[in-house]
Amino acid sequence: MNDQANPDATASPEAQATAPGERLAGRGRPAASLVYSNARRAEAGEPESLIFDVQGLKAFYGSFQAVADTTMAIREHEITALIGPSGCGKTTVLRCFNRMNDLIEGARVEGTIRYHGIDIYGDKVDPVEVRRRIGMVFQKPNPFPKSVFDNIAFGPRIAGYKGNMNDLVQESLTRAALWDEVKDKLRESAYALSGGQQQRLCIARAIATSPDVLLMDEPCSSLDPIATLRIEELMIQLTRDYSIVIVTHNMQQAARVSDRTAFFTVDVKETGMRTGRLVEFDTTEVIFTNPRQKQTEDYITGRFG
Amino acid sequence: MTTETPTIDLSGSRPRLRREQRVRRLFTGAAVTSILISLLIVGSLVGEAWNFLRSIDLSWLWDLGWFPRRDMFDIKTVMTGTLLIALIAMVVATPLGLGAAIYLSEYASPRARRWLKPVLEVLAGIPSVVLGYFALTWISPNIVMRLNPHAGVFSMMSAGIAVGLLVTPLVASVSEDAMRAVPQALREASYGLGAKKAGTSTRVVFPAAISGIVASLILGLSRAIGETMVVAMAAGAVGGSLFEVDIFQPGQTMTAAMTALAIGSDQVAGSTNAFQSLFFLGLLLFLMTLALNLISDRFVRKVREKY
Amino acid sequence: MVARTAPPSTTDLVRQAIQGRRFGWGDVAFPAALLLALLFALLFLATLLVDIFIKAWDALAGRGWSVVTNPLSLNADTAGLWQSIMGSLALAAVVAALAFPIGIGAAIYLEEYAPDNRFTRFINTNIRNLAGVPSIVYGILGFTIFVRFVRAVGAGGGVGGKNLLAGGLTLAALVLPIVIITTAEALRAVPVSIREAGFGVGATRWEVIRHHVVPYAAPGILTGTVLTLARAFGETAPLLLVGAATGFFSVGSAGLLGKATGPYTALPVTIFSWARQPGAEFRSLTAAAIVVLLAVLLTANAAAIILRNRFERKW
Repeated sequence: MNDQANPDATASPEAQATAPGERLAGRGRPAASLVYSNARRAEAGEPESLIFDVQGLKAFYGSFQAVADTTMAIREHEITALIGPSGCGKTTVLRCFNRMNDLIEGARVEGTIRYHGIDIYGDKVDPVEVRRRIGMVFQKPNPFPKSVFDNIAFGPRIAGYKGNMNDLVQESLTRAALWDEVKDKLRESAYALSGGQQQRLCIARAIATSPDVLLMDEPCSSLDPIATLRIEELMIQLTRDYSIVIVTHNMQQAARVSDRTAFFTVDVKETGMRTGRLVEFDTTEVIFTNPRQKQTEDYITGRFG
Repeated sequence: MTTETPTIDLSGSRPRLRREQRVRRLFTGAAVTSILISLLIVGSLVGEAWNFLRSIDLSWLWDLGWFPRRDMFDIKTVMTGTLLIALIAMVVATPLGLGAAIYLSEYASPRARRWLKPVLEVLAGIPSVVLGYFALTWISPNIVMRLNPHAGVFSMMSAGIAVGLLVTPLVASVSEDAMRAVPQALREASYGLGAKKAGTSTRVVFPAAISGIVASLILGLSRAIGETMVVAMAAGAVGGSLFEVDIFQPGQTMTAAMTALAIGSDQVAGSTNAFQSLFFLGLLLFLMTLALNLISDRFVRKVREKY
Repeated sequence: MVARTAPPSTTDLVRQAIQGRRFGWGDVAFPAALLLALLFALLFLATLLVDIFIKAWDALAGRGWSVVTNPLSLNADTAGLWQSIMGSLALAAVVAALAFPIGIGAAIYLEEYAPDNRFTRFINTNIRNLAGVPSIVYGILGFTIFVRFVRAVGAGGGVGGKNLLAGGLTLAALVLPIVIITTAEALRAVPVSIREAGFGVGATRWEVIRHHVVPYAAPGILTGTVLTLARAFGETAPLLLVGAATGFFSVGSAGLLGKATGPYTALPVTIFSWARQPGAEFRSLTAAAIVVLLAVLLTANAAAIILRNRFERKW
């Protein structure tokens, strides 16, 4: 029996009072509410619910192996961060989750990624449907050259949404903490927004198709610190309804926002081929204060990478 | 830690998938049409050209001149005409085209480019009939006959000059593209060593872009060889013509001969030898221009690989 | 005794080089020669335009609009371009109806769907070669295949298939490679990020193409098609081979079908045939016809530029 409901709904009053800001303060201190809920689950004998169950994932571009055998479990309603030096395959792994790599010529995947129990690389699976349910936000904000409204409405429209589009657009923008700023500019061009606003627009756009996971590929790397902070706050709020997997090359960001962190490194063979490998995957607190692997420790203390 | 039993459907919408496949097939069909056209061209040429060769005596291909109605199909007459006119055209187009290209690429200010480039494009847009008329009514009396009083009204020279004007914009634009593709870093390195603009342009940029420049010249040659209306109007040969190397006299090109056969100055319609020679010439023309275009392609690809 | 001419020191050499005469002949003569080359080409163009206008003046001033509105005739005083202009417009319509959908579709396939393998590269090379084939060869294609095809489907009219339909097919085949190449270029200019964004929200490939790629590339595609039509307008050789009438003809009171399947001519073909008329009276008329043709081409090019500027506002 799995508890699909929001863990916070039955959390203690102290946990509910935890503001998102608490998670940002201090490195590696996961929110009390979360630890409580997972611990509570463990006590109650309930299994934690997973959003992605990755087994033996390997990724190739033609004959080049980008990611070596990877096994990890991404939990629901958490922020999972993928960190590591450049070339370690973290973006490749992220893009495997919504089959975006399919679009690259010669890209190939082995292993399984189970999402709601189904291997998304299975036979009968339509990648288009996968991408509707698993939203993605890219490194550089990439709104469509259309109005704010049309940016949000596009995804639901092609998915066959028959309800009230105005309401859906408003709700998506509200969840992305953008509604107040653009409610009078819905018909204006998305390009008129600032960088940080555009990225929140992209988040709203991803939310509009009612996904349950958001994948974010270095979403703040092209934004200024203030916009970055707003998005980090937003991410934490969003875990109430979504699971988030984020790739970041900014360790402090990972420490600030994520509940769990996966550290990847890159192995260079004699042939010169650089293949990424998962080194360690644990709660953020462990990774940043007491990592088990020496490579992890070297990376977070800045000894390499 | 377990995962739940499947509760969602990831199989996607059937109608949407079917529409995707239909659309994809439609577009693939469109692309395949281009292959179909190539096959049709080759088919229509080769079949009839072969018939022609089989029905004539091959010695007729070497004679005093090109007189199809008299079964005289001297290849060297039409070839010489074609090549002479093409050569004159390249003599005109190479300095004009390359000069314009170097100027536009290396010297012209952005404002000058904004005015000069469109003017070159206007020249490129002038239909060949118009240039043929210009050759006949202006180039011939005012340039050719002044250069050589013994020249005829119709001459290979006047046709050649007009074809040169036709080809100049092509040479200019392809070689200008090639020169602009040369990275600025190379020019700066040259300036850093103390060279001035003239030296840099000729000794650094030009050689670096040489593949593209050669490609532009080959393309120009190919275009000149395939040009029809200018030569049909200004080079003379309405009926047959003798083998001729004097460029101030009328000459016969492959394309003009084909036109003459088609519109009846020479025509004995139907599958007689005279008319069928049209296909033979067409095949020769097609093979020559194809060979030149493929060679030019090889040069353009070398430019792309470098940068 | 001290040597009178000691070898110059390095300092002296450098000073000489930097402060020396900076203005060599090469700095002036070379760009001047280049500019001269460019201006020479433009001079020819100007001469051409001026000369033609001067020659056309007699006919245009003397006869006014009747040059455009009269039908063809053997008499230079009454001959007009009406049938030629109508023929050219009809041909342009057929070309647009055939070459644009097929060309744009082929370009979409090549840029958006085709995998990067030998077959695709073969198609691309093939198209580039087709673009370089002389137009008269397309005339042969039209003569051997399209005319017979039109006859075979019963649309031969009274001229054994040598009508607008065959002519239009021929010109469409001629411009098809160009449409494909210009459209493919416009599609390639669409940023990858827009496509990724489309796929990311769960759109199919066709949906991404239809809602994002093509609208973004539309100005470029449109400009390309207008310029292609202008090019088709000026083509002569293929039409000659496919049987456009070079002489005088009349369709009399034939209905639309009769006009579509009967004899026809085009503006450049008429120019060609008038230019060959021996009499001097056709000289000015030919020039006038050229003026009309150039006017149409100028309008088409201007339209292309205006369209491009108007749609260029990328949000």
